[in-house]
Amino acid sequence: MATLTPQAPSPASTAAPGRGGIWEWITTTDHKKIGILYGFSSILFFVVGGVEALFIRLQLAVPNGEILSADAYNQMFTMHATTMVFLVVMPIASAFANYFLPLQLGARDVAFPRLNAFSYWLYLAGALFLTVSFFVGGGADGGWFGYAPLSTQVTEVVRMDYWSLGLQVLGVASIASSVNFITTVLTMRAPGMTLMRMPVFSWMVFIISFLLLFSLPMVTVGLIQVFLDRNIGTLFFDAANGGDPVLWQHLFWLFGHPEVYVLILPAMGIVSEVLPTFARKPLFGRSFVIFSGIAIGFMGFGVWAHHMFTSGLGPVAEAAFALTTMFIAVPTGVKIFNWLGTIWGGSLELNTPMLFSLGFIFLFVIGGLSGVTHSIVPADSQQHDSYYVVAHFHYVLFGGAIFGIFSGIYYWFPKVFGKLLNERIGKVNFWLMFIGMNLTFAPMHVLGLNGMPRRTYRYAEGLGLDVWNLVATIGSLVLALGIAVFLYNGWRTFRKGEVAGPDPWDARTLEWTTSSPPPEHNFDRIPVVHHEDDFWHQKYTTDEEGRAVAIPADLRPVVAEGPDEDIHLPSPSYHPALAGLGIFVMLLGLVYVPWGLIAVGVGGIGFLWGMFGWSLEPLVRGDH
Amino acid sequence: MTAMTTPDLAGPGGHHDVSEARKLAMWAFLGSEVLLFGSLITTFLLYRTRVGDGPSAAEIFDIPFTSISSFILLMSSLTMVLGHHSWERKDWRQMRVWLLATAGLGMIFLAGQVFEFTEFVHEGLTVSTSPFGSAFFVLTGFHGLHVAVGVMMLMATAIMGFTGKLREDGGMNVGLVGLYWHFVDVVWIVIFTVVYLLAV
Repeated sequence: MATLTPQAPSPASTAAPGRGGIWEWITTTDHKKIGILYGFSSILFFVVGGVEALFIRLQLAVPNGEILSADAYNQMFTMHATTMVFLVVMPIASAFANYFLPLQLGARDVAFPRLNAFSYWLYLAGALFLTVSFFVGGGADGGWFGYAPLSTQVTEVVRMDYWSLGLQVLGVASIASSVNFITTVLTMRAPGMTLMRMPVFSWMVFIISFLLLFSLPMVTVGLIQVFLDRNIGTLFFDAANGGDPVLWQHLFWLFGHPEVYVLILPAMGIVSEVLPTFARKPLFGRSFVIFSGIAIGFMGFGVWAHHMFTSGLGPVAEAAFALTTMFIAVPTGVKIFNWLGTIWGGSLELNTPMLFSLGFIFLFVIGGLSGVTHSIVPADSQQHDSYYVVAHFHYVLFGGAIFGIFSGIYYWFPKVFGKLLNERIGKVNFWLMFIGMNLTFAPMHVLGLNGMPRRTYRYAEGLGLDVWNLVATIGSLVLALGIAVFLYNGWRTFRKGEVAGPDPWDARTLEWTTSSPPPEHNFDRIPVVHHEDDFWHQKYTTDEEGRAVAIPADLRPVVAEGPDEDIHLPSPSYHPALAGLGIFVMLLGLVYVPWGLIAVGVGGIGFLWGMFGWSLEPLVRGDH
Repeated sequence: MTAMTTPDLAGPGGHHDVSEARKLAMWAFLGSEVLLFGSLITTFLLYRTRVGDGPSAAEIFDIPFTSISSFILLMSSLTMVLGHHSWERKDWRQMRVWLLATAGLGMIFLAGQVFEFTEFVHEGLTVSTSPFGSAFFVLTGFHGLHVAVGVMMLMATAIMGFTGKLREDGGMNVGLVGLYWHFVDVVWIVIFTVVYLLAV
């Protein structure tokens, strides 16, 4: 299993036997399988979060909606946001990063395969833990930002305990995978793959890893303080006894604002891969895109208080944060121009991944511009907590992040599963989502400026809010139809999709040099990199006027003769999953102290067993 | 950075200098921990004078006592260095001695903290007396938790040294434990200065 000998037959046949068993998925340490696990889990939660959103829209379709109670509505909007941010967009970025980071770097796996598996199981534990709360007393209902003292009010129900513990565990999972990705980038690149030759998607993963690494601990401290305030009587956010609820806002947004770049940068990376491929031009100002990503990474830590302009920070702080907020639009704007420069004069191929990328640019610009309006403090004081803000962040998160992710799904699906998603259905999918998205969220600008507040479960008749609310609800149904078409497309492709071959798009980066799906060891020989977009340079050269000329297949440099002699792949291990299960049991126990302490003990034993077993077993079994 | 990391990638199989990668990962993790303690210390600074009806820092801290336990924790960094040194020389017997000595000093520090906490509770400072109390116990408690995890890692490493299971590419090695231990000590220097010395 672990060691391939030179006599081993072709990669495709070594992967075949024994695939598909559940035990194999539980014990896998293969970055590609872990990526697929992340992908399917986040699609599942995407549907869950989408249903929650539909409940919200149906409730608000007409004045005095009757579908949800106020209590149920609070749970819906809290869990909708929590699910979409932590259980969908972050893990699906992690799915792409897991699958494609090693492939793009020319490596056989991530630096720490078992830590990688542990991150996934921890994510799943946190995600299930958050979601089961619906069945035991209701989901979290204090908003996804969990403002104190709303989140620290002690009631008989334990909803916000589920929320604070669940997010802490998801945070630990993200920190673990960030450490992993950073180490992978710094130590696992193929020979010749300098940092600046690294594909832009890999760069963005590298940057968000730092963002997560440095922002998550701050919210972790806040979440611990919320949990302790609720359970052992600390006074961190208790204003009556000298605590300061604004501290929570700072700790949350010190994480929360870097977090929005964590959500958008992977999508920007995907778009930076897709546009050059289908415009048949290199990315315009490639190093500018990378450096503006780095700039966003640094500046992302200096703008958090623009979420708190109505908290009474005083004019100096407000002016400072207004300025930094305007400044951070600059590197973001640079990227927009780079993408426009990439498609300018290119021979565009308007297939589904390209359409989603172009849609991304269009919608993200709208969301970005409405974002800049928030930097003006007096205007923001009016917009704060209104539907205008909801419109803004759905343009950047749905129009931005989700469209980028869908572009990535259509682009990379053939690499992961070996089959192309259907183009015609894909275009229907795109247009339904594009129209539905604008129908849903554009009216919210108007609603917000007309004074409709967020997080209210009802509005009265005759306030001038009826028409646009109805339009938004119709839009959300169109959007849901678009998602259904996407799911159908995926299901249909698994059954009878067109076989893709290793390089269906005539693409530019290393992941397309290997078979689709790639063999377990990724590359028969570790590639040696000579250029940016190295694969393109293997296929094309340029004439005197700089036009691309294809190199005939028989003249291309011969890369390898047979696989490397000694390929070590990490052995499967059940210890990471066991440790994750232990954490899940511990979490459940922590909510129900004192009786739950038994569960905490049992879970703790499982966790420690997993950790010790993991450190004592060799990475590659049979090696020692 | 590129020059440093690229040449050793030439080996086949994608598993290169594993212990270097682990060290890098530990540094990244410790970078994250800096922000964790940074947030806890910031919380404490915000609340250090909000004592309500409870005792204030100046009334309750016993600086000579805490100085001694701080000194003991700092000495454990010295024994850790000696342990690391004998690990590099592959002198396993000495390594075990120094690792266990480090763990022992860590445990003395923890015992001192337990004693101190108990004293404070008797004098009327608990987590729910005042925001000062909450911030103090949670900050120093978190540090104590880190020391306890370090002690566990030291013991496990020393025991693995006895049974011959300690390998250079294993999950945990003396180099990594050392990094972690020194970090925890450095954090204590900051806490001792900011929490104890500034308060009196």
